[in-house]
Amino acid sequence: MSDATNAAKPAALPIKDAGPRGFLVSSPPHLAAGATTQRIMFEVLLAMLPLFGFALYMFRLSAIVLTVATIAGALAAEALGNLMRKRDQSSVYDGSAIVTGAILAFSLPPSLNPYMAFLGGMVGIALGKIVFGGIGNNLFNPAMVGRAFLMICFPAALVSFTPTAPMTAAGVDATTMATPLYAAAKQMDLPSMSALWLGNTGGCLGETSAIAALIGGLYLVIRGVADWRQPLALLLTAGIFAQIAHWIAPDAHPGATFHLTSGAMMFGAFFIATDYVGAPVNPWGRLIFGAGVGLLVMVIRLFGAYPEGFMFAILIMNSLTPVIERVTTPTPFGGKVEA
Amino acid sequence: MAAETGNLEQFKTGILDNNPVLVQLLGMCPALAVTNSVENALVMGGAATFVVVMSNLITSLLRNLIKPHVRILIFTLTIATFVTIADLFLKAYLFKVSQAIGAFIPLIIVNCMIICRAEVVAIKNGVGKSLADAFGIGIGFTLSLLTLGIIREILGSGTFLNYQVLPKTVWDTHAWIIMILPPGAFLTLGVVVGVVNYMRERGKVGA
Repeated sequence: MSDATNAAKPAALPIKDAGPRGFLVSSPPHLAAGATTQRIMFEVLLAMLPLFGFALYMFRLSAIVLTVATIAGALAAEALGNLMRKRDQSSVYDGSAIVTGAILAFSLPPSLNPYMAFLGGMVGIALGKIVFGGIGNNLFNPAMVGRAFLMICFPAALVSFTPTAPMTAAGVDATTMATPLYAAAKQMDLPSMSALWLGNTGGCLGETSAIAALIGGLYLVIRGVADWRQPLALLLTAGIFAQIAHWIAPDAHPGATFHLTSGAMMFGAFFIATDYVGAPVNPWGRLIFGAGVGLLVMVIRLFGAYPEGFMFAILIMNSLTPVIERVTTPTPFGGKVEA
Repeated sequence: MAAETGNLEQFKTGILDNNPVLVQLLGMCPALAVTNSVENALVMGGAATFVVVMSNLITSLLRNLIKPHVRILIFTLTIATFVTIADLFLKAYLFKVSQAIGAFIPLIIVNCMIICRAEVVAIKNGVGKSLADAFGIGIGFTLSLLTLGIIREILGSGTFLNYQVLPKTVWDTHAWIIMILPPGAFLTLGVVVGVVNYMRERGKVGA
């Protein structure tokens, strides 16, 4: 594709500007898969339903309250941003803010104050997306920006986990419980494998059940909404890293299956790392991105101050995306194009 | 810079159109580092105002004696002298704040806002205009720091000049700790500069 001829052509015309006989005059691509932002976001939300269902069972009311709060915050920021930038409100209805809010809610602890969740949703959209120019222009995953803000703003509230009904013993109002990763970091007793897969452990709303995340994630991959490359590279890298650490020091580090099923690993691999905007476009770039996130998660989990490192891993790799993109851009047929 | 501007104009431009922090984006380092409380912001602003006024005064008085090729050296020496005075003064009379601000008072020496005023205004203009400019810039700088300090202290600690303004019971557990940490400085500065730009653009369209 030569830049000169392409630049001369006008940009693709919207449908309503079709010619007199209804023929659509536009630059390629001429075949569209019908994938609109709205449809993709709907599919993502659909894929999150198993997670939400499980969160509902585990955390009851707080699952609903937190999800509603973050989504409300995200939508409010989106609408406010459009208003300030004198844009139409279409980006409020395309569902992207709802997905951001839902992902943020699923990565928050259930005992969090709803007002903090609302704030996180607002900040995530306002500082993670609006200031960069709205959908498609953000450098970082907005949900993770919101969570990072909350993490630094309210560090105590973000790491306190209060298990709810299904976990507490009868007659006890509330107990606190370590998340599996915290237990691993402090070398306490670890929950059983089945608890990790099913999700009967402490943790953030959407991260406790590895199976629910896997079901939703596989649905996304099969439907073609999410690329298989990031999750595969991510889980493979993290798994290999965890297993090597386990072989070196079996007492200190649990093995690959523990790390892959605990914390935000499954949820993040399928729902956060596959975000279109923050990740590279090129196939190899996506593999590198996934592998980088997997590596950073494990480095932070095993050597860092925080028990879980998914958020920081995503944010760091988001900032590396332009570099990855530059390295992995394929050479077009016919030789190298001078940029 | 227009050739003939009155002293009042020169004074006003430092506060509004040429506000050092919010428009020229000079002196970012203290603006980010010491605005976590109103008190620190005020002291920093006061110290910087003192230095810019004195440095503009001396530079303006010496302007016919300074050879062009050594002017930067003279500026720096002049500024360093008054920064040392300010530093010792704060250590003597406001020891606690001086401890809190730490190295940022001595660092006023390398604040490009001050050397910029010497180079742009004081070396070319009389004492009156240089002083008007220095006061304008100093006040503009102080007001910007104050804006950041007020936002950050109220949200981050729930206080204003150490008086509780937001309900203590709530803010003891729900304070936005991020606001008194470095990330809060960047966020606040970014938002404030954005708002200022927005208002300036609107002013232009309206006029």
